[in-house]
Parts: sequence; structure tokens; C-alpha cells
Amino acid sequence: MRAFSTLLERLAFTPARNAKLRILRHYLEQTPDPDRGFALAALTGGLKLRTVTPGLLRGLMVERVDEQLFALSYDFVGDLAETIALLWDTDRDEDVPLHQAVALLSDTGKAGLPTAIAGMLDRLGASQRLAFLKLATGNMRIGLSARMARIALAEMGDPDVAQIEEIWHGLTPPYQPLFDWIAGGPRPEQAAKAPFRPVMLSTPVDLDQLQAFRPEDYVAEWKWDGIRVQAINDGGVRRLYSRTGEDIGTSFPDLIEALNFDGTVDGELLVRRGDDVAVFGDLQKRLGRKQVGRGMLDSHPASLRVYDLMIWQGRDLRDLPLTQRRAVLDGADFGSDRIDVSPLLPFATWDDLAALRADPPAAVIEGVMIKRRDSVYVGGRPRGPWFKWKRDPHVVDAVLLYAQRGHGKRSGFYSDFTFGLWDADQLVPVGKAYFGFTDEELRELDRFVRNNTIERFGPVRSVAPKLVLEVAFEGLNASGRHKAGVAMRFPRISRIRWDKPVAEADHLSTLKAMIA
Amino acid sequence: MRADQILHPTPAGLYCPPGDFYIDPIRPVPRALITHGHGDHARSGHGAVMATRQTLEIMAIRYGTDFAGQTQAADGPLRVGDTTVSFHPAGHILGSAQIAVQPDHGPRIVVSGDYCRHPNPVSAAYEPVACDIFVTEATFGLPVFKHPDPAGEMTRLIASMAEFPERPHLIGAYALGKAQRLIMLARQAGIDGPIAIHGALQRLCDYHVEQGIDLGPLVPATAKQVEAQLVIAPPSAFASAWVQRFRDPVIGFASGWMTVRARARQRGVELPLVISDHVDWPQVTRTITELAPSEVWITHGAEDGLMRWCELEGIPARPLRLVGYEDEPE
Ligand SMILES: [Zn+2]
Repeated sequence: MRAFSTLLERLAFTPARNAKLRILRHYLEQTPDPDRGFALAALTGGLKLRTVTPGLLRGLMVERVDEQLFALSYDFVGDLAETIALLWDTDRDEDVPLHQAVALLSDTGKAGLPTAIAGMLDRLGASQRLAFLKLATGNMRIGLSARMARIALAEMGDPDVAQIEEIWHGLTPPYQPLFDWIAGGPRPEQAAKAPFRPVMLSTPVDLDQLQAFRPEDYVAEWKWDGIRVQAINDGGVRRLYSRTGEDIGTSFPDLIEALNFDGTVDGELLVRRGDDVAVFGDLQKRLGRKQVGRGMLDSHPASLRVYDLMIWQGRDLRDLPLTQRRAVLDGADFGSDRIDVSPLLPFATWDDLAALRADPPAAVIEGVMIKRRDSVYVGGRPRGPWFKWKRDPHVVDAVLLYAQRGHGKRSGFYSDFTFGLWDADQLVPVGKAYFGFTDEELRELDRFVRNNTIERFGPVRSVAPKLVLEVAFEGLNASGRHKAGVAMRFPRISRIRWDKPVAEADHLSTLKAMIA
Repeated sequence: MRADQILHPTPAGLYCPPGDFYIDPIRPVPRALITHGHGDHARSGHGAVMATRQTLEIMAIRYGTDFAGQTQAADGPLRVGDTTVSFHPAGHILGSAQIAVQPDHGPRIVVSGDYCRHPNPVSAAYEPVACDIFVTEATFGLPVFKHPDPAGEMTRLIASMAEFPERPHLIGAYALGKAQRLIMLARQAGIDGPIAIHGALQRLCDYHVEQGIDLGPLVPATAKQVEAQLVIAPPSAFASAWVQRFRDPVIGFASGWMTVRARARQRGVELPLVISDHVDWPQVTRTITELAPSEVWITHGAEDGLMRWCELEGIPARPLRLVGYEDEPE
């Protein structure tokens, strides 16, 4: 577990994605089975262990440390598991195999747990104690998605990410067959029903680029602002996956119940009330819930708008051209009014399509999708067959208020910018942006921040409200977490308005009026 | 004479009436005894300063040779007013000392300043000094602080340098003491090649070399192209544009505070190294146990924790609540 504890610590402190990937890949390459498999499961939430409560851990400390010293320590450290890991008094530092710790946490009965945990802590040094306690409390928080873990796996051998995704959901920790496959062995059998299939993605396009193509070779449809999903009913096994293969079915039991078909379909998850598709913010309220209350199911009903059929009634349609898949789709009966088909748009020229895109019938449409009629369905993001032509972003003129130093390639530069809008005569922070500018602009912004600092708080500086930034964003959600009551989606700095007086920046009311 | 008539806190610092001197005063005073060269203990502008020869030389480097009206190197016991004072190694940084104050009538008091009992290649080892009253810091006065073997921390640094060979590793370390200790630890860990140092470290590194501490090949980290993967700089440099010359650096920081993750995160550190030149909890409690003073005075730091420990052990203790000393002025 020594290597595992080092891995956790490195991942927790490493901000850059690529650096995290390298650390994880090295760990997976250097660690023997089954420990690397259990580590992978622990990081990606795939490990089902007995959850150790804070109460149990506090109980262990009461017997060992003076109450006042414990309280002072906890107050300083701020994290229970970390406090205990640091306070635990032992001279031993054995390298206990991770699988032993996992076995302890999955096999020990409730009554024996405190003694077993104390016994394990007695054998470990401080960083291993922390790793063990994080494992026990089920609280890793290292910012690593299952998708990233699969990318690291793909870098280790021949199978690519799409191939790994395809079998991922049939695998269980410690994933021995997966590692064998990566090392050159046979591909694991897809044992599980309703596996995730790699999703076909599009590339961005604009009107100029479209001129190179013939409109008659393509079909177009609305790009709905929901969540791209893959819905499956495979011999009665129902699954709802995000486009990166996360199983999100538990948050959408109403839709799962409606998957009364036989096949694997590609579509958009939406909240729809009758014919009205709700804004993304309504869908967001349904995300990530382990349990959904009756009231939420009634007020925010989930639905599926189908774009494509991958497998239908036992036939894999992915190698057929789009028009043939679409013909099957148009004739399909989904047996539920929660499921409908994304309509095709009539157009003869790219200008026709531009006109449609400029005036969509619903606010929840974020542009159009353009797909080659003869395109077969392939996982990944091939260049060419499918395009997304997104609606132009919203923009506001905001005022730079705070700046924070960046990491990695932006070390030493103030590169994370908090901006605000006027509310009466005050500037209220409304969001944060850390891209959209060129390297040259970053240097200019950095210089501006240094020359206009009012106060410093660690890596953050407050800046004299002198500079207007044009901020582009894709949409808005009402948000209780933000002081201004709204949260922007994908905000970025589209222009630096050196010319614009601060008094002419936009007002919060302008932004709030944009919430559909 | 009662102990608090021999030494007591004042706004200018700890004052000794029978000797008419201050120890580590934070304001200019007529006569100062100084434990070590860190800026919050050793300030310029005093009338007379008594300190170890190395501390005086360090002060001259930092403040110029006219940093005090007059100076006296502390060699052996010396009479100051109606007291006898002596300086003893504190194990903290080069030249650091504890100051023992023996009044003609009354208890013997040892002011330990900042001290450390881990082996430290840039400092003479801490020497226990018997006393009636032991005056201690409590920078890391909580039982969560058990500083690991620094060699293990260097292993983590070297592992990161090997894992990211294309990324320069910029480690923050205080200019006096910590930076040189870090360089020595790197040498002991097998880093033989050039180590780059920020310009602010140059003169203090030179001084350590003059004092016989072989820091190995050092190159300036001020050039446009820095020819070393390991770069050491004072913490203040990380907020300056100096960092911008490095491409995708790993930012590290060497400090006892790095024990606690939230503190490391606050600093935006990617590679926290727990390397301290202060006593940790096991050391401070062991020291008090060994010296068995009749009373413990705590100058600054996490005094509540150490006060509680003294209470549990039945050792009379009181906080002096001295202000003006930094959290970890290493
Ligand atoms: Zn010091």
C-alpha cells in the first residue's frame, strides 16, 4: 500500500491532467496484480467496501489521545481521516499489500471492525494510514474520472480507449483479464449484458468550412442541449450510459422504466414536459442523485430523444449507412411517450440551414448537427462524417476582479480570472474563466494584474476594477452556490476590452434576463 | 529574585532587567542578544548586539556591516549587567544558539530560540542545557507534527524528477538555513550535478561555503536558460514574474507545514516536502522531559497544544504570547 499511498498523494496535488495520467500509468505499470486492479477500482469508484463511519474513527481516538489535544489537532488539520493518520502512534511502517486492506474492509463484520482497523493502523506509517483511512471512509477526492483511468490504461498497450470502454462494464475488480489483455493476452469475453458501445462524436464547423461540401450529401437535425446518452435494453437488462460510458441509470429510474424496446440507441437525455423541452438547468437538478424523490420525478420528468440506432432487435446496424439506420429508426416503435425521435431539418442550401440555426424554435437548442448520409457509425471522433454547428455564444462585458496563479505551463502567470457585473453601484462576482486568450494576451493580463493589485490572499490577488473583459459562454443556470444566483456554462474570455470604460460593463440584470 | 523579574515579555521583546538587555527584540533597543540570523529574530538598528560570530556575520550580509552600533561575538560565558550569559548550539541554522541567562541570584533560564534536533548538515547539533526555566518555541506544538526522515522526502523529490524529466523542479525554501540544508540533503541523496539557485540565495550560499559547508556545483537561476532540473528559490520568488522563465515547472515547497494537506494546497504546491528546521512534537516533548525544568515558558506558535501536554504531565507552563515572530521563519 506504500505505492498506493504515494499515488493518492501525487494525484491529489497534481493539477494537470496529463501529469495525472502519467503518474497513474507508471503506477499501473509498476504495481503487481491484484493490487493495481484494486487501486484502479478505488480511484474510479468501483470498489464496494464496508463504509467506516466518522463515529467509529472518533471512537478509536478517544481511547488513545487526550480529548483536548485531539480537538486542537482536528481543528488545525481540518480533515478527520488526515488528523487520525497523523496522530496515530506507532513506529511500524510495513508495506501492507493493498489487497489485504481491501479484504479487511470487505470481509470484517461490523462488530470486529474497530479492532481490525486499529490493528491495521498499528502496522502502517503515516501516509499509508491516510490512504487506508481514505479507502475506509470511501472518500478519495483526487479528481480522477473513470474516463481518465481508461485513457491511462490505453497508453499502456495496444487496446485503445474505445476498445477498453466497450468491455469496461463487464469487468470487476481487480480486473486481471483486462491487464492480461493490455499485456498482449486475449481480449476478455464480454460477459455482461447491455455493454456500453463507444459513441460517435462530431467536430465543429462553420459556414465558411461548409462551402467545401455538397448539402445534398448531408442530413441535419437540431443539437439539443441535454446530455448525450446511450440507452440500452439487452434482453431485459436496461442501462443508461453517458457518452463516456458512466452508468447514470440510478439517477433516471423513470427513463429506465420506459426503455421498453430491444436495442442500443443513441440519443439526448432531456427533461421534457409534454412537448416542452426544459432548459439544461432543469436536467442538471436530476444529475448525480442516488435516489430521486417522487416530487422530482413528477416535476422534472426525464425523456429521451433518439438520434440513431446502433443495435436494434438483435441486429448490429453500425456498419450500415446513416440513411439506412434512419429508415429503421423512423419505423421503430419505442413503446413509451418518454421516447421520441429527433426530427430531420429540411434544407437545400447551407444558407437555408444557417437561417434555421439562427432562429431555433426552442431555447434549449444549441445549434445543428450535420451528418453525412453515407456515414457508418464508428466510435470516437472521426474527422468529417459528422459536424456540429453550434449557435453563437452569448457574451457579456464583465469587469476583472480577482486573478489566481495558474499551474503547470502557466506557472508564474495569473491565469484564472474572476469577473463581475454591476448590481446597482456594486460589482458582483459572476464567474471564473481561464481560457479563451492567446499566450500573448495572457502575458498582457498577467502584467495588468501585477500592476493593479489591491490585496493578496495566497495565490490570489484582488485587482483594481479597471479592465473590461468580454466573456463568452454557452448558457446559464440558476445557481444557489453562486452569490450572483447564476452560473455560466463554459465561460471564456473572448476579447480583452482595453478600450472600454468600466462604467459601461454589463449589469447583472442583463445576465439574469438571459436565463430562459 | 523571581523568574519573571529576570526575564519578562515587553512590546519590544523579552527583556532582562538585571542584565538590561533584550533577547531577539522586534524593535530597536540599546542592547540585544540574538539567537540566530532569521529576519524576525535578528533585526537591524540596535545599539549593541551580542550573538555568535556566525550570526553576526550573517546579519552583516543581510543588513550591511553597520547593522548595529557595536557588536560582540559570544564566546564562552560573559558578564552582562548582573547576569552571566552563555550561548549554546540550537541545531536550527548556521550560527543558531540558545541563550542561557544566569542571574547572580535566582533561577537559570534558557531561551532556546528556534531549535531542532534532527541531524542538520548546516548547523551544529542542538545541545541540551540544564536550566530551571526552559523557554521554548511551539511552532509545531501539536501532536500531528512528526517530521519524517528528510531522506525520505528527498526520495520523493528524486522520484518526481525522474517521472517528469522534462519539467524543472522549483522548490521553495527560506533563503537562510533551509535552502542550504535542502542543497545538502540533495547532495546526500545523490544529486551531484548543478543545482540552480535564485539570486536571493547567492550570498548566503557563498557564506555557507566559506564556513566549510560544501554545497557542490551551484548555477544561477537568473539566466534566461537555467541549466539544472532542480531549482531552489525563496518563497517570495514564486509570486514574481521570475517563475515565468520556466516551462511547465513542478512547484514544491520545503517546510514543516507541508505535513498538513490543506496548508500545502493553500500554497498551490504540487510537491510538498516535509523538511523542517524546528522541533516537531516528539522532539519538543522529549526535550522538556529530558531537561526536567521546574517551569516551561512558551514563546510563540501552537502554544495551546504544548500547554495542554505540560498540564497532563504536571509541568508548570505559561505562554509568553510574544508577537512579531513568523509561523515558520526558516
Ligand atoms: Zn528561525
